[in-house]
Amino acid sequence: MMKLVVCIKQVPMVSELPWDPATGTLKRDLAEGMMNPACRSAMEAALRIKEAQGGEITAVTMGPPMAEEVLREAIALGADRGILITDRRMAGADTSVTSYTLARAIQRSCAGFDLILCGFSTSDSETAQVGPQLAEELDVPGVAYVDEITLCGRTVQVQRLADNFLETLETELPALLTVTTGARAPRHVPLGGLQEAFSRAQIETIDVETLGIDPARVGARASATKILSVASPTAGKKNIVLTGTPKRIVEQLFERFDDKIGGAIGRDLKADTKKAS
Amino acid sequence: MSMKKRAIWVFGDYRNYFQNRVTLQLLSRARDLARKIDGEVCAVVFGHWTEKWVDDALSQNPTFCGVVGEYIAHGADKVYLTDHPRLASYSMETYTLLMERLAKQERPEIILIGATTFGREFAPRVAKRLGTGLTADCIGLDINEEGLLVQSAPSFGGNLVAQIVTPERRPQMATVRPGTFQEIPHDPLRTGKVVEIPLPEDLPADRVRLIRVEHRLPRGQKIENATVVVCGGRGMGSKKKFMKLFELAALLGGEVGATRPVVYADWADHDALVGQAGKHIKPQILFSFGISGAVQHTAAFNDAKFIIAVNKNPNATMMKRADVAIVADASQLCNALIQELKRCIR
Repeated sequence: MMKLVVCIKQVPMVSELPWDPATGTLKRDLAEGMMNPACRSAMEAALRIKEAQGGEITAVTMGPPMAEEVLREAIALGADRGILITDRRMAGADTSVTSYTLARAIQRSCAGFDLILCGFSTSDSETAQVGPQLAEELDVPGVAYVDEITLCGRTVQVQRLADNFLETLETELPALLTVTTGARAPRHVPLGGLQEAFSRAQIETIDVETLGIDPARVGARASATKILSVASPTAGKKNIVLTGTPKRIVEQLFERFDDKIGGAIGRDLKADTKKAS
Repeated sequence: MSMKKRAIWVFGDYRNYFQNRVTLQLLSRARDLARKIDGEVCAVVFGHWTEKWVDDALSQNPTFCGVVGEYIAHGADKVYLTDHPRLASYSMETYTLLMERLAKQERPEIILIGATTFGREFAPRVAKRLGTGLTADCIGLDINEEGLLVQSAPSFGGNLVAQIVTPERRPQMATVRPGTFQEIPHDPLRTGKVVEIPLPEDLPADRVRLIRVEHRLPRGQKIENATVVVCGGRGMGSKKKFMKLFELAALLGGEVGATRPVVYADWADHDALVGQAGKHIKPQILFSFGISGAVQHTAAFNDAKFIIAVNKNPNATMMKRADVAIVADASQLCNALIQELKRCIR
């Protein structure tokens, strides 16, 4: 039986978010959570494999205790069980540390997995790094940004569009794929399933001790990258107002912002203006 | 023995060369950064007959000497080159291994990789093997007073920008969004050193096999990647007046975007829709004509660097979001801009 693992992340639903300016991290407890869209797509891919040839789906997430909600959602969609990796000491992990922690949990709770599916990127931090780094940690072949997946025995064939190259790639299981959102529309959560998922779901909770790993290797402390500050890029806008006749405005625009406009269109407008006049 | 210079590496991502300028843009920025840490700029190229990649297109150009020469002409002091038939097409596992070994041997201070689809999968793998940090899709790079690489990374669709450093581990690594920096002009007289690195004999076979590959030439540029976007809304007045935006966009080398009402009115195709239900854009310059600025629209260009908005109503949301707010009739201003651009771009 095919053992499928889907890595999912709970992301904040709103784009206006409460940040802690002192630490540069998100006050996640104040934000309403949802399943990351690309993770929904990964979940859909797993469900289609399960429907076509049978199998068992384990949904795995790492986050604060409230991240359990997305596991229940995954179970409502058709996952067989959920694994919640949660530990205060794991907070603030960068992608490398996150992939390390995920890998240890998968090795412990999903030993003998055949295929790991991840969303290609998350809507909050948008790094797209955890999938490829998880493949490295687990030392399995991996392909990112996958659109189509075809399984044939122990061989998985995938198609992806990478930098204008439409590639068809093949590898043997066990493997890891990160999937895009475009290729398959995720299904809606069935209402009955949701009730079931909240009343009788099988969810295993894992912390640093359960994993038997060194606490110094998880969380912000273990991360190589440090956030210095977080700012809104729109905050510093000057908002200059120009009025007058269209001709006069355009002249002002070229006088004052020739570097901006010229830079973007790859021309030296000052020189061009001189040449023309 | 002299102290080895601190090195800033740029991964030579030459696939789609000409359209894909990110390697040249990074070489340019690497030069600025190198001055601040008294370092040297190196390009790292894996491929086969890498000389040939630009051969045909540049055959008119007597200064041509392939990708390696291009990188030197655009700012590299040194190029590490592994040229072998096994590297004829991009391969994730092999490239990762080559980069890992070379970096462990040469110990660069910084590695910069273009945020192409390949780069964004390649970089995290390399970072993992080197046990270092990596910042994704940066829109700014600088050196701070401690000599650390400060990496500006957008998150939440560009609503926030985080400044990130890698204080201890080396190299400091970042992927960088194409279009963030401007390349320095091709200088055929620049010289550089080419260091040939042989393919390791113990190189394992890739576990992921390339079965087929088809080069899809993009139909024009995509609005998502355009450096200049000219967006129009209902305030343009009519379909005929809206069409003028295409002329303006062509003069600016940009693409035309539209709001939902405009798409519904059939002034523009659905492909041009900029909004939560359409395309997200990240241009260097966004021109916005006759758009009031509903949130479904404004959420789609949080990453736009510089916004010029034109609207009769100075209090429109779009005008508040702009760097330059022009109070005028959108169509008239569009025509005036076209005239001025035609005058100065001959």
